[in-house]
Amino acid sequence: MGEELKVIVFALAEEEYGIEVDKVRTIERMSPITRVPKTAAFIKGVMNLRGVVVPVVDLRGRFGLPEQEPTDNSRIIVVAVDDLEVGFIVDSANDVIDIDTDNIDSPPEIVGGVKAKYLHGIAKLGDSRLLIMLNLVEVLNKNEIEQLMQLEG
Amino acid sequence: MDMNAYLSMFIDESNDHLQSLNENLLRLEGEPEDLSIVQNIFRSAHTLKGMSATMGYEDLAALTHEMENVLDLVRNSKLKMDSFIFDTLFKGLDALEAMVQDVVNGGTGKADVTSIVSALQSIFSGEHKQAESDQKAAAAGNSTNADKPILLLDEYQTSVLKQSIDSGHQAYHIHVTIREDCLLKAVRAYMVFNLLEAHGEIVKSEPSVQDLEQEKFDRSFTVFTITQTKLEDLQTQIMNVSEVESAVVTLLDEESLHLLSTPTANQQAEAEVKKAKEEVAAAIAVVEKKEEAKAPAVVAPRKEAPAQAAPAAVNRTIRVDIDRLDTLMNLFSELLIDRVRLEQLSSEIKRNDLTETVEHMTRVSTDLQNIVLKLRMVPVDSVFNRFPRMIRDLAKSLDKKIELVITGADTELDRTVIDEIGDPLVHLLRNSVDHGIETVEERIAAGKSEVGTIFLRAYHSGNHVFIEVEEDGRGINQERVLKTAIKNGVVTEDEAKKLSSDEINMLIFAAGFSTAEKISDISGRGVGLDVVRSKITSLGGNVTIDSAFGRGTKFSVQLPLTLSIISAMLIKLGSEKYAIPLSSIVETSIIRRSQILNVHGNLMIEFRNTVIPLVSLSRVLETPDFNDSAEEETEIVVVRKGEKWAAVTVDEFIGQNEIVLKTLGKYLTNIEAISGATILGDGQVALIIDPNALIK
Repeated sequence: MGEELKVIVFALAEEEYGIEVDKVRTIERMSPITRVPKTAAFIKGVMNLRGVVVPVVDLRGRFGLPEQEPTDNSRIIVVAVDDLEVGFIVDSANDVIDIDTDNIDSPPEIVGGVKAKYLHGIAKLGDSRLLIMLNLVEVLNKNEIEQLMQLEG
Repeated sequence: MDMNAYLSMFIDESNDHLQSLNENLLRLEGEPEDLSIVQNIFRSAHTLKGMSATMGYEDLAALTHEMENVLDLVRNSKLKMDSFIFDTLFKGLDALEAMVQDVVNGGTGKADVTSIVSALQSIFSGEHKQAESDQKAAAAGNSTNADKPILLLDEYQTSVLKQSIDSGHQAYHIHVTIREDCLLKAVRAYMVFNLLEAHGEIVKSEPSVQDLEQEKFDRSFTVFTITQTKLEDLQTQIMNVSEVESAVVTLLDEESLHLLSTPTANQQAEAEVKKAKEEVAAAIAVVEKKEEAKAPAVVAPRKEAPAQAAPAAVNRTIRVDIDRLDTLMNLFSELLIDRVRLEQLSSEIKRNDLTETVEHMTRVSTDLQNIVLKLRMVPVDSVFNRFPRMIRDLAKSLDKKIELVITGADTELDRTVIDEIGDPLVHLLRNSVDHGIETVEERIAAGKSEVGTIFLRAYHSGNHVFIEVEEDGRGINQERVLKTAIKNGVVTEDEAKKLSSDEINMLIFAAGFSTAEKISDISGRGVGLDVVRSKITSLGGNVTIDSAFGRGTKFSVQLPLTLSIISAMLIKLGSEKYAIPLSSIVETSIIRRSQILNVHGNLMIEFRNTVIPLVSLSRVLETPDFNDSAEEETEIVVVRKGEKWAAVTVDEFIGQNEIVLKTLGKYLTNIEAISGATILGDGQVALIIDPNALIK
């Protein structure tokens, strides 16, 4: 038995993803977002999180998946890595589970359209359930965002 | 001048410096070879000295000065630290702490530190090995004396008495004994004091005034007093106080004074010194209220509350962790959002008592909001108001004529910045006085008015606060700066040739650079502009110099606002709201499309007889649901960046508002034309426009 890892589970385009619970500040319902001009398309803007201005990223857009209008199930997961604090818009988030770290495999080459470098690993839950563990440091990589900006600009 | 305004700041800062001195001394004891620690200690001591002197706490300043002398030798490797030096420095620190504590309690920070000072001086002169043994002997002598109930005068009291005698007054030693059956001894003592007070001034009493008042004495007490009254008269009058058994009045002369103030008095048992100190402090708390107190160490019991040692009216403050304030502020904004929701609900439900409650809550939370928002903000005046006195004293000691003109003292700055900005400004001002402003003769020779002027300005601009120190003095002599820089090895001769004029000016901020030919106590000993620059840089700001030889120099300090409240104009672009800092707005108005000129493809308008560019804000910000090109009439905001102006088209004005600046965080950096964000009353985020970016 490896160590137990507490993970927040969320859904994005039919896939299930996981973020370690200690990286998650809070999970919020959709709230008004103020557009910030001249930023990458997946940066939806900034929101007021109890007095702190937090940037909000559409995780679908970030992964190059087709974006969709927020629904009642949509949530904003606010994560904090180093001193970066960012909110992710996800399709839904409603589970917290414990995973045995032994059950996390390194990511295969191609997984559901999301680039492998954003992935930390794949966790097997039971027989048919797979959980994609996110590599937050890469997801929040700013250099890449700047490159994307230049491509778009 | 009202000292209380910055007394609490002095106390806070002193405590900080003492703390850092203590820590660094301890560290140094562990690593005696590390000269960088000595530098830190020296700087703290230096600042503490400067602050104390400015506040008029001479004893504090004097002691720190002696410590500084020793530290100066150490950091220049002319003296090796040993345990005696450490002991003495620590003793000095303890004394400083006691003095500052005295100030906190409303005293004057006076203390007898002769022994420490002489020890420090002996270290400075290299005789401390000998002094060490002397002191041991003295200490041994002391312990035998300690119990003797002899009333001794400290150096200060002695000199007061001596001066009085020299100026033709009489100094008496009076021993009063009260009758054994006296019921209210304290009252009798008070009557005697009152009487003596009517005739002259009381220098010292034993037991102390407080003890007498609380009847903490047996039957007799001793008083030193200065008066014009004759010995016999005094005695008779004291005897006239009922229930006084005897009053022995002795005239003091220099010889008897000398006996009473034997050197050992300086090293008296701690209790004695402490008692005397308390007493003097209490006395001064009272005397300070009298306008013309010639001798500051005179006990002057007042009628209604004789020498009650009530702490002076210090602004009582507590220091709060800034993080907690941040949390408080954020929680509060959350509350505001709920308030808006409640207001909406109550207007829908329309129940009287609910509406009233919500209205009341609105009022309370508005007041609360004002307080919460302002908690962190301190007007820069709390730093500035110590400068007039400083400039005056500096001008006097240098025999120059200087006028200090302060503007924008009400500009508010984050408390963290305020705490740090004092020292750098002191150095910049000192530099201006010492190196900038010429002497009266030089000014006349240069055809200037004999009074030099130093401008100290503070103002908001965009996301920054600027503090400028400008003087109309001699300006920077670049030739000399270069020469010194090359001599000190700051630049090589080849490099020097390539430097621009601005770069040469900036050389005076280089480490180890000083154009002062001789070290003066004003510019300090190399604690110079390099420290200023590193301090300002560490605050996330920067400092620039603008100087014209012969005409003056301007230091411009730019400081960031990590958190600040500014006035802003809220505007709308379609469904989006933005804030434009009021400080950069010249005017708002409405123009017709027909007034827009096209100059080489650039849109311009005529404004106050000049042609200024017209910027479409909706185009810069790529707003999705507003485009001004469709409007026949459009609202404009005229903004400025220095001398340059531009008109910015907007959709609609919402109004002027106080807003709290927030950063966009580290994920979103360098967004064009956006300098930050703020949270509006309805909980939504509005972006703050950086007008500077709109003007090319």
